[in-house]
Amino acid sequence: MDWGIFLQKAPSGGLTYLDWLVSGTAWTLLVSIFAWVIAFTLGSVIGVVRTTPTRIPRAIATAYVEIFRNIPLLVQMFLWYFVMPEVVPKAWGDWLKTELPNLVELPFAPQFSAWEFTAAVLCLGLYTASRVAEQVRAGIQSLPRGQTNAGLAMGFTLPQVYRHVLLPMAYRLIVPPMTSEFLTIFKNSSTALTIGVLELTAQSRQISEYTFKTFEAFTAATMIYIVITLTVIGLMRLLENRLAVPGFISKAASH
Amino acid sequence: MGDFDFAVIWKSREILWSGMLLSLKLFGIALAGGIFFGTLLALARLSSWRILSWPATGFVNLIRSIPFIMAIVWFYFLTPMVVGKITGQQGEAVGPFTSAIVAFIMVESAYYSEIIRAGIQSIPRGQPWAAYALGMTYWQAMGQVVLPQAFRNMVPIMLTQAIILFQDTSLVYVVGLKDFLGAASKQGQITGRIVELYVFVAIVFFLICFFASWAVKRLQAKYSISR
Repeated sequence: MDWGIFLQKAPSGGLTYLDWLVSGTAWTLLVSIFAWVIAFTLGSVIGVVRTTPTRIPRAIATAYVEIFRNIPLLVQMFLWYFVMPEVVPKAWGDWLKTELPNLVELPFAPQFSAWEFTAAVLCLGLYTASRVAEQVRAGIQSLPRGQTNAGLAMGFTLPQVYRHVLLPMAYRLIVPPMTSEFLTIFKNSSTALTIGVLELTAQSRQISEYTFKTFEAFTAATMIYIVITLTVIGLMRLLENRLAVPGFISKAASH
Repeated sequence: MGDFDFAVIWKSREILWSGMLLSLKLFGIALAGGIFFGTLLALARLSSWRILSWPATGFVNLIRSIPFIMAIVWFYFLTPMVVGKITGQQGEAVGPFTSAIVAFIMVESAYYSEIIRAGIQSIPRGQPWAAYALGMTYWQAMGQVVLPQAFRNMVPIMLTQAIILFQDTSLVYVVGLKDFLGAASKQGQITGRIVELYVFVAIVFFLICFFASWAVKRLQAKYSISR
C-alpha cells in the first residue's frame, strides 16, 4: 500500500492527486446542496398540496410523485442531459449544449461545464422532491385530525391552519427522515458522474486509472463519504434536540 | 422539436430484450441473495456475541454510508482480486457480470438486514422465550417461530425495497454492463436515436414500477384488514 500517492503531482495542471480528491468532494457537496434547495422547496409544496382538500392540484401533486419515484434516477439523469436539449425548441437546445457549458468559467476548475452541473442539480433536485414530498405528507398526516378541526373552529382559514398549526409541528417531527433524505441526495450525487460531473466517486476512479492505486483511491473516497455522513448526522441530531417538541418522542413520523 | 423515429425501438427489440433479461437476472439473484444474507446479517447484529454483532453492524453501516455506485466499483475491483487469491488464477478469472452480482448481493444484504432486523424486533420477546422453554434450539426458535412471523410483517416493505432494487439495477451501467439501460444506450449510439431509446427505457421502467407499487399497495390494504 502506498498512501504517498496522494502527494504526487497529477499529469496536468500542477495539481496533486489530493487536490483531485478535494475538488471531487467540493463538487459532491455543491451538487448535493443546490439539489437539496430544490428538493426541499418543491417537495414541501407538493407534500402540503397532497394533504389539502383541493382535487385538481392534489391529483397533479400525486402524479408528480408517482412519475419521479417510478423511473430510475440514472434514467432520469439521461433524460435531462441527453433528451431535454432535443425536445425543447431547437434554439434552446443549442444554447444548452453549446453556450451554457462555457457560461461560467472557474479558474480553479478548468473542466467545469455549467450545463452538466445544471442537469445534475435539476435531476437530483426534482427526483428527491418526490421523496421529500412523501415525508412532508407523512409528517402532516401523523398529526391528530383534531388539530386541523380546532384551528378551523378558532376561525382560522385553511392556509392559516397550515401556517400556524400544522406545519410548525410537522417540520419538527420530520427532522430525522429529512436528514436521511439529505444523506440520500448526497450519496445519489455520485450518479452525476455518468454525465461527466467530476464529483468524488468519479475523481477516485480517475485517480485509480492514472496511478493503478485503486485500493488507496477508493479507500480515501470512502473515508470522505463516511466523515461527511457522520458530520451531517451529528449536526442534525443537535438540531433535532433544539427543535424537539416537549412530550413527543423525537423519532415520530419516520418509517 | 426535431423529428423522431420510434421505429428504431422495434428494430432494436432483440438487443433491448436481452438487456432486459440481464436486468431481470441481476434483479432476481440480488433479491434472493440479499434476503438470504440479509437475514444472516440481521441475526448476527441481534446476536449477544459481540464477535458477530460488531462486524455485522460495521459492515451494514459502512455500506449504507457510501453511494451505491461507490460500492459497485469497490466490489468490481475486489471480487476478481479475492477470487484470484483463492483459486490462484490470474487476471480475468471472473467476468464483469459476476462482480456486479457480488456487489449487488452485498449492498442489498445490508439494506435488507435493516428491514429484517426491524421485523424481528417487532416480535414480542416472549415468543423466542416460549420456544426455548419448549426445548427448541436457537435455529428452531428462529426458523419456526420468530422468522415466519417477522417475514409476514415485513412483506410490504420488502416488496417496496425490491422495486427500488429493480430500479437500482440500472446502475451497472457504470461498469459497462449491457443491462436494459446499457443496451439502450449502446443501441442509441449506434443508430443515433438516443432520445427515442431513453424515452422508451423511461416509459418501460415507469410502467413496471408503477404497477408493481400499485400491487404492493393493494396487498398491504388487503393484509392490514385481515389482522
